[in-house]
Amino acid sequence: MTDADTLIRLADIGRTFYLGDSQVQALRDIDLNIAQGEYIAVMGPSGSGKSTLLNILGLLDSADTGIYHLAGRDVTTLAADEQARVRSESVGFIFQSFHLVPRLTAAANIELPLMLAGIALDERARRVKQALHDYGLDARAAHRPNELSGGQRQRVAIARATVMRPTLLLADEPTGNLDRVTGEEVVNLLEALNAQGVTLIVVTHDQALGARARRQVKMDDGAIVSDTASNLAVKAAGNASL
Amino acid sequence: MRASDTLRFASYAAIGSPVRTLLLVLAMSIGVASVVMLTALGDGARRYVVDEFSSIGTNLVVVLPGRSETRGFNPANLVTSTPRDLTVSDAEALLRLSGVKRVAPLVVATAEVKAAGKLRESILIGTNADYAQLRNLKLSLGRFLTNTERGGSSPEVVLGALVRTELFGAHNPIGKSVRIGDRKYRVVGVLAEGGRGMGITSNDVVIVPIVSAQAMLNTNTLFRILIEANSREQINPVKARVLKTIIARHEGEEDITVIAQDAVLQTLDKILNVLTLGIAGIAAISLAVAGILVMNVMLVSVTQRTAEIGLLKALGATTDAVQQLFLFEALLLSVAGAVVGLWLGYLGSAFLRYLYPTFPAYPPLWAVLAGLSIALLAGLIFGVIPARRAARLDAIQALSKK
Repeated sequence: MTDADTLIRLADIGRTFYLGDSQVQALRDIDLNIAQGEYIAVMGPSGSGKSTLLNILGLLDSADTGIYHLAGRDVTTLAADEQARVRSESVGFIFQSFHLVPRLTAAANIELPLMLAGIALDERARRVKQALHDYGLDARAAHRPNELSGGQRQRVAIARATVMRPTLLLADEPTGNLDRVTGEEVVNLLEALNAQGVTLIVVTHDQALGARARRQVKMDDGAIVSDTASNLAVKAAGNASL
Repeated sequence: MRASDTLRFASYAAIGSPVRTLLLVLAMSIGVASVVMLTALGDGARRYVVDEFSSIGTNLVVVLPGRSETRGFNPANLVTSTPRDLTVSDAEALLRLSGVKRVAPLVVATAEVKAAGKLRESILIGTNADYAQLRNLKLSLGRFLTNTERGGSSPEVVLGALVRTELFGAHNPIGKSVRIGDRKYRVVGVLAEGGRGMGITSNDVVIVPIVSAQAMLNTNTLFRILIEANSREQINPVKARVLKTIIARHEGEEDITVIAQDAVLQTLDKILNVLTLGIAGIAAISLAVAGILVMNVMLVSVTQRTAEIGLLKALGATTDAVQQLFLFEALLLSVAGAVVGLWLGYLGSAFLRYLYPTFPAYPPLWAVLAGLSIALLAGLIFGVIPARRAARLDAIQALSKK
């Protein structure tokens, strides 16, 4: 793996939460390199720190120790507004519970990141229309989330997460609230995005979903216990084929 | 984030919970409406009193018999009775003073007016030709009294509008004769409707020459002497000269009171302005209450929309952007309340004017502006705390809330 390919470089990342008197080490000494375009499943039991890892990767949370490079830039100690800018430009979030704004239509929900980024109205309209079309939501543009099915809601959420064309897509249990068939559809969508070059990181309990990723990172008690990438003989060759 | 987007998002958020928004707008509008209406009342009272006084005439100096105060104006001055008579020759002497433009002696009494078999009790005013100009009286028919014929066999009378319609109906009364007390008068003019002053409407008066009135009432005493100064600047010099002249004519005794209408007006104006300001202050309290309500509701809204705030942050909203969203929402609610309140206030004032047509209940501009800006300020100040709370929310915890 060359430096140019590396999207994410985590070195000695630690994160401790303080709950009253007790300390909880959510992450300890995490070293993780992720190349541009990888498809990674982060798995592990509840409380293993996988969500915390995802939050740090998405700059929603900051590590207490260690250094985080995103696309060659040290983002460990960015100010809150700088973090927001990086999130806006480079990171897309997909949540288990969709997190759609209930009073806004599907189109308006998809438009949110564009609006927050201050993109011009006509450009926004164009991109939203394209996104609605890409995710088969043309007929649902004016519907509110409560008028959409679970799969449609998650499609809206994915459209929203990708409308800013991020390099990094973070999905926290994306199929957790969906039945198997709809879940399958959603995963196919995510994988299609990955095939277009978006780095996809999925946090999941679901073994079957995790197994579909090309690289599995297993976590327990705040540490990485296994990483299939380190088993690969030639990492660089594997990445080059993407 | 663009300001227009912030505004749009905030307004959707407000529309998104209509009951909450309606209640808030109602609370704020009641505050603004009460400021508008109460100041309309206060300012209306001020205007009413000032109009009442200024309709007596401009640059007016009034001489009253008797003295109850050594200085300044006292309402009692207007009703004191006299120890020494004020006479027509006093009035004539005043006309010769410099700076004096017109002088009108005044006798007032009630009298029975008879014409064409109808009888009516009216206010009798005895005065001279200058009275019309002094009091800005308008005539609808004929002419006012002249100074040429004094105490002739059939002296002239000018009728108030109401007296004319009551006695003559639609008929032209000019040249007809009416009987006032035991004397016959020839109608030469009719006053236009609507004039008033000092609580006396000029609709229900009959105006006759002063000499004739004095003869009828069997008196030499004048009720007032009205003097018009040449200009506003002349009011005070004229006052001093009038006082000096009358004292000289009354054997050195200061037994009259001279009031400059201007001074009275200014004092009243000041007092009533302060009163209106006080009323506005009381009404403004309701605005502060509405502001606190805005804060409460916005705080609840922040709590309810925690997940949304977390989402916005995850999508790249800066703390400032989140803060602005909530501040704009609070402001929007306040503005909506202010606009509705303004409308309600004007409506209420119009209703007051409809109920009491003579009462000029117009809200003063300063009160309207003050009410609006206090509403906005309240929205802004009380919107800051919830907005800051929203902006400070931890994105992860916010997102983990379902």
